[in-house]
Amino acid sequence: MRIVAEHLSYTYNAKSPFETAALKDVSLTIEEGEFFGIIGHTGSGKSTFVQHLNGLLRLPSSMKKYRPKKPKKGQAPLPATVLKVGDFDLTDKKTNFRALRRSVGMVFQYPEYQLFAETVRDDVAFGLKNFSEEKLTDEELDSAVRAALEVVGLDFDELKDKSPFELSGGQKRRVAIAGVIVTRPEVLVLDEPAAGLDPLGKREIMELLHRLHREWCKTVVIVSHDMDEISENCTRAAVFADGRVECVLPPRELFRHAQRLTELGLDVPLTAKLCALLQERGIEIDCDFTVQDFCAKVLDYARSHPKQGGGRA
Amino acid sequence: MKDVSFGQFYPVDSFVHRLDPRLKILFLIAYIVAIFLATNFYGLAACAAVLLLTVVAAHIPLGKVLRAVRGVTFLVLFTAALNVLFYGGETVYWEWGIFCVSFEGIIFSVFLALRLVLLVVCSSLLTYTTTPVSLTDGVESLLTPLKWIRLPIHELALVMSIALRFIPILTDETQRIRNAQMARGADFESGGIIKKVKATIPILVPLLLSAFRRADELGDAMDARCYTGGKHRTKYKKLRFTWRDAVAFLVGAALVTGVVLMRIYLSAPY
Ligand SMILES: Nc1ncnc2c1ncn2[C@@H]1O[C@H](COP(=O)(O)OP(=O)(O)O)[C@@H](O)[C@H]1O
Ligand SMILES: [Mg+2]
Repeated sequence: MRIVAEHLSYTYNAKSPFETAALKDVSLTIEEGEFFGIIGHTGSGKSTFVQHLNGLLRLPSSMKKYRPKKPKKGQAPLPATVLKVGDFDLTDKKTNFRALRRSVGMVFQYPEYQLFAETVRDDVAFGLKNFSEEKLTDEELDSAVRAALEVVGLDFDELKDKSPFELSGGQKRRVAIAGVIVTRPEVLVLDEPAAGLDPLGKREIMELLHRLHREWCKTVVIVSHDMDEISENCTRAAVFADGRVECVLPPRELFRHAQRLTELGLDVPLTAKLCALLQERGIEIDCDFTVQDFCAKVLDYARSHPKQGGGRA
Repeated sequence: MKDVSFGQFYPVDSFVHRLDPRLKILFLIAYIVAIFLATNFYGLAACAAVLLLTVVAAHIPLGKVLRAVRGVTFLVLFTAALNVLFYGGETVYWEWGIFCVSFEGIIFSVFLALRLVLLVVCSSLLTYTTTPVSLTDGVESLLTPLKWIRLPIHELALVMSIALRFIPILTDETQRIRNAQMARGADFESGGIIKKVKATIPILVPLLLSAFRRADELGDAMDARCYTGGKHRTKYKKLRFTWRDAVAFLVGAALVTGVVLMRIYLSAPY
């Protein structure tokens, strides 16, 4: 499913002293099959944006009591907001938001804090039961839960009757993710999936997401403020700053703007910093900013320019 | 504080916001006394006028104030209806079995409804214009005499301020968990009462767990900073009476006296 947003704005607590304009005229297209990254400083509107994608935050025009306002005289009418996820038109009241939520899985930040059921099996099956039209048999539930737990790297037989609260932090997070993907959503959105994990846990989660992208959900969207995560994993990334989209580029293009990113309070990957430093010394390394590629290119460069003391690079 | 719900602080700068919290609490008590001392419409009109003045001086939009009233509409209408039907009285308009609608009953119900509305509005004004912290400071300071009979006033005030502080945090948390479960297809709107109650379990369990976790963390943090309770603690912000408080005091005193005088010298209407 292709995701298209145009001129999307959102304000929390409009017309009160708590008013916060969280999204300002955001336009963004995410193609089907992408592993898309959304990056930005805290408070830049990333979570607000992704919560629109499955209708948890609704546009005014999709509300029941909405009455279109007449544009004031002498004022140019605002450009129309567009928000489409596949065939779902989220600006329309008639959209079936339940069906939408089934197709767009959403993993919130710290998903392990939403576990509630007595057993792992019940917790993972929760979404499945909610979304299915007719009652599923125990066997059907079990086989779906088994598949979901297996794809996140957990053993169904070992865990199914355990309480989710007994598990370790990393396991809890996997169970929570399994509870979202169990309905086989076409788009999977994850808000800061690696937050609060140690480096190994982070890498494992990212590997898990790639597996999901290959085998399970066509499109994956991750939100992060960690540049390394985005650069190592994403096909393209959107940079959010202060409720706007600053730019949408593949990571390798993105890090050519290392300076601008730093200004926005974002950390650029080590490789980009090194490239910038090398560039200052007149050495152009054209790499895709993954560590491996960077090393390979630097070595190539060193071998082809032995005179510049490249032996030590 | 993201959630704007009933009784939450409304952050603007105004005469009322700057009053000493102790004075505001005393004013509220005096005001409630005045409402119940007012036995005729003149008295209630005076109370309403003072309240309106306070709302204006507090820079709180009228809609916000009315929203506080909307929360108790049902209660007000319900008690008023009961009173109309069961009051008894002399000038009877309509009678049926144990029900009886009389002139006195109607007047009494209108009084009651007005009193309730005034009560709700003035109490919500207190929380709209006073931050939880200064509210508890005020309560603590006013209750200081009770330390003489060994009541742990400081600790009680601390409990109160933590409770108030956690309201917005837990409201936020509830919203987050609710969203997460809705993303998994949870439905909190449809179905009968039993289904609705059952549907809250996926919210309540994580919410309770998180409340306990937060309480634990807070306790640890307080221990880590060597918090040991009230003795010898000084205040970061000292409460001080100013000319504003004098003005408010005069208004409050005038209201109570006025209401009492009206009660004695103005017998009509009702
Ligand atoms: N539920 C909410 N109520 C009010 N304001 C909010 C709420 N959620 C987020 N905001 C505000 O909206 C802005 C964008 O927040 P958010 O989308 O959470 O940013 P990010 O996920 O990039 O950190 C912030 O200024 C934040 O304070
Ligand atoms: Mg966020």
